Amino acid sequence: MSQPRVVESTLEFPYSRSLGPVVGGFLAGLKEHRILGIRSADGKVLVPPLEYDPNTGDTLDELVEVGPAGTVGSWTWVDAPTPKHPLDHPFAFALITPDGADTAMVHAVDAGSIDKMSTGMRVQPRWRDEAHNMIDDLACWEPA
Amino acid sequence: MRDVAVVSYACSNVARDASHNETEMIVPVLHEAIEKSGLAHDDIGFVCSGSLDYLQGGPFAFVAGLDAVGAWPPVRESHVEMDAAWALYEAWVAIQTGEVDSALVYGFGKSSPGDLHEIMALQLDPYYLLPLWPSMVDVAALQACAYLEANDATERNLAEVSARSQRNARENPNALRKGDVTAEEILQQPVTHRPLRDADIFPITDGSAAVVLAAGDVARRVSKRPAWIRGIEHRMEAHGLGVRDLTRSESTRAAGAAAGVAPGNVDVAELHAQFSHEELILAEALGLDGATTNINPSGGALAANAVMSAGLVRIGEVARRITNGEADRGVAHATSGPALQQNLVCVMEGE
Repeated sequence: MSQPRVVESTLEFPYSRSLGPVVGGFLAGLKEHRILGIRSADGKVLVPPLEYDPNTGDTLDELVEVGPAGTVGSWTWVDAPTPKHPLDHPFAFALITPDGADTAMVHAVDAGSIDKMSTGMRVQPRWRDEAHNMIDDLACWEPA
Repeated sequence: MRDVAVVSYACSNVARDASHNETEMIVPVLHEAIEKSGLAHDDIGFVCSGSLDYLQGGPFAFVAGLDAVGAWPPVRESHVEMDAAWALYEAWVAIQTGEVDSALVYGFGKSSPGDLHEIMALQLDPYYLLPLWPSMVDVAALQACAYLEANDATERNLAEVSARSQRNARENPNALRKGDVTAEEILQQPVTHRPLRDADIFPITDGSAAVVLAAGDVARRVSKRPAWIRGIEHRMEAHGLGVRDLTRSESTRAAGAAAGVAPGNVDVAELHAQFSHEELILAEALGLDGATTNINPSGGALAANAVMSAGLVRIGEVARRITNGEADRGVAHATSGPALQQNLVCVMEGE
């Protein structure tokens, strides 16, 4: 019997991108432990900030600080995190609306157990020790 | 506008097709669709496919499909990196131009070799969301949670959808998940992605599907009862999950209104709901009532969901029921993107 031939290849497209004033501004804020949203054409505060108004297409540029605490909207529980996940023990993915924001952001909530999770619960950010210009500079949220 | 109809449809689905590559998987489906169409292969004016590079882990996945179509004689060909329902839309536009009178549309994908739920995270925002790697099911669960809370609905409402899907699928030879199950039995199963259970989540499926479209007199010549496309539209919402209302599908509503779902009876509807709650959201967006419309008689995507062809299958299943006389008027829906971001609606009628 012949053995099956296995060929392993790793395909990568590495690149770096200048993030610009809106996405870059948001990530620079996280570095300073500040959460920034952006004011939309109809006066709402969108978090995380978008470069263009999702309804009108207008260019947006007025960054607004929100939070730091927030409220959990819908959520789900991750029993078996993968190595890619932000936490190495069970946690929740949730839509979190920071105080003063009109939209929610998806992030992880380190609640310890599913019983501690509920819609409407209050959470506060936990910051990553050394910032690296990624969304997980806000390491996760935790019950406030 | 030219009258365009679906004149044939073929489909394959298996849980894991380890013994065939994509080309080998597609060939019998293309042959069946062409044979049933009554058109000669060489007479088909346009070819359009839907496939996904990320499933193969390499660029130019559509070339595997072209190998199945045949490289000679030369064909007019196009391809979308989307479900083949959007390839059908492009083919419909090509026929509207008057350049061609018929088209072969197909989609294919093998989800089983990789981790599909994780691969689909790659369609999320690369800066704000992808680095956290919520899986496709995590994202769906966030929408399910939002829907249930906004509508005072419960996991029982989800279980009723998945139980009906499995019962309907018993009649479908291409369905993977089927059985005589009740909502009570499903509710006994563990919740894996709150509020979802395995039964609320589509089964991993390898497969392909093909449809032949024909215009006016060509369709009348080859089909006793063509399934005429009366309206086909697609609409998209914002990419960010937090900026749109996850409890409803505005893009489906808008596409359905533009395609002309109302007024008129809808005898049959095939909705590309990959999760139980999505069927509830989609039916509401299209104004469909299970009492008067047979929703997902094939079992829908909860019975078999071959990525890149499952939306085309919805169109094929409705067309098949019109052609065989089971239905006079039907609605097919296909979706793309995270949590029902983009939606296509196709209204078909028999004469």
